[in-house]
Amino acid sequence: MTDVAWIDAALTAARPQALGALLRYFRDLDTAEEAYQNACLRALKNWPQNGPPRDPAAWLIMVGRNAALDEVRRRSKQQALPDEEDAISELGDAEGEIAERLDGSHYRDDILRLLFICCHPDLPATQQIALALRIVSGLTVKQIARAFLVSEAAMEQRITRAKAAVAKAGVPFETPGAVDRSERLGVVAAMIYLIFNEGYSASGDTSDIRAPLCEEAIRLARLLLRLFQNEPEIMGLMALLLLQHARAAARFDADGAVILLEDQDRGLWNRKMIAEGTALIDKAMRHRRAGPYQVQAAIAALHAGADKPDDTDWRQIDLLYATLEQLQPSPVVTLNRSVAVSKVAGPEAALALIAPLEQRLSGYFHFFGVKGAYLMQLGRDEEARVAFDRAIALATTTAEAAHIRMHLDRLMKEGTPRAKAAKSGG
Amino acid sequence: MLYAILCYHNEDVVGSWSKEQDAAVMEKLAVVQDKLRKQGRLGPVARLLPTTAATTLRKEDPPLIVDGPFAETKEQLLGFYLIDCKNLDEALETAQELGNANPGGSYEIRPVGVFDAGGAVA
Repeated sequence: MTDVAWIDAALTAARPQALGALLRYFRDLDTAEEAYQNACLRALKNWPQNGPPRDPAAWLIMVGRNAALDEVRRRSKQQALPDEEDAISELGDAEGEIAERLDGSHYRDDILRLLFICCHPDLPATQQIALALRIVSGLTVKQIARAFLVSEAAMEQRITRAKAAVAKAGVPFETPGAVDRSERLGVVAAMIYLIFNEGYSASGDTSDIRAPLCEEAIRLARLLLRLFQNEPEIMGLMALLLLQHARAAARFDADGAVILLEDQDRGLWNRKMIAEGTALIDKAMRHRRAGPYQVQAAIAALHAGADKPDDTDWRQIDLLYATLEQLQPSPVVTLNRSVAVSKVAGPEAALALIAPLEQRLSGYFHFFGVKGAYLMQLGRDEEARVAFDRAIALATTTAEAAHIRMHLDRLMKEGTPRAKAAKSGG
Repeated sequence: MLYAILCYHNEDVVGSWSKEQDAAVMEKLAVVQDKLRKQGRLGPVARLLPTTAATTLRKEDPPLIVDGPFAETKEQLLGFYLIDCKNLDEALETAQELGNANPGGSYEIRPVGVFDAGGAVA
């Protein structure tokens, strides 16, 4: 286990705890990152010879701290005398606080803080995610730029700007109370879900490049759940990510076109992820404190548990969507519910459910795709064609447009089409 | 004599392995397992799902169900079961039943990710 790749894995695993502790100690992100980098360089030199330490995070924290303090001492010697006195007395204070500041029992709040500072409300979502991937996950700017399909220079700029905003806002160092902690947890969970979606919403031709975002989100969710073992919504989040990512290999065809859930080769679904996701949602639901992630995960678990599309428990899915509508009312949730309704009560009932949404979703691709599909099932071809045309005009990826064009072609070719039902997510 | 070999490792580190690294380890382990299988010495092999999927039943009176893995250091691992269950509720029910027969201590209930029945053990 002295190969560099294995050391890399150990460093990646230790990073959130080590960097989080160094940030608590130095109270400055740049200094903490520099200290951590120094510690990593020493680890790469030291570990191949001596073997990895028993507790890599503790090793990195101590070595990183010492390296940074040495640097302060070195700099203070080069400075003019009055400054030196100040620096040394400051240093004395710092040493006195070591025991308290590097106390390992704080690691839970350290990691949460590290994640939380990336979620600053002034930062747009894309900057929050980029910052978290850089700081918490330790991905290189190059790796992040690739996943976001932007140039390295653009990503570098985005991250630098985000860091400046975080530094300006100041880092919250006091140990959070229960209410603050739970609020932070919610914000961080949302950010992790955004990272996942950034990877998941990729089109077929970029899904391979962006899949690492999904994997990283799963790793961060697991980290969070390890810290907050009895939070049902974090179990729900973790379950949701696993159950959605389990379908990754089946979601696109060789040309990169979307394959709808009911047309996917279920043999390609990742059984291990489904098992873990299902176990987690079982665990979460025992708490009887429903939340949006849990309900969405429960829906995904019902899809994952059906060996073939006809085995899907649409009635239960309809009920879960009704719960989700109450927890998190949104026209998109109602639109998704309509798919279950179309299976349970037919396309006419589904159309009636979505009719009031048309104004609010007038710019939403999926609304017109779904509407067109219901109309097509009812044999109302002309109206279906109008809806599909709207959908194509609103499509944001070529895969989306291609999928609708397939429906239109079918309408052109077949007199009375018996088309498949609407999109129910990929 | 049957021996159980219990596997311990840092979960964060194993979770940070790339797919290729994970597969490389599994491949090397499979070589050893196949040798044991040919010798008729391989019993069941299981790779457990991560501890985040674990639930622990403390066999107190009344029994207490807590999220997460067994975390006490004052008690020692004395045995294990592999039980086929529909879901976590059934697994917990089964654990409670066992707990009634043998109160005190804890059971950690953990889903199995990969399972190979082996064959050597009748």
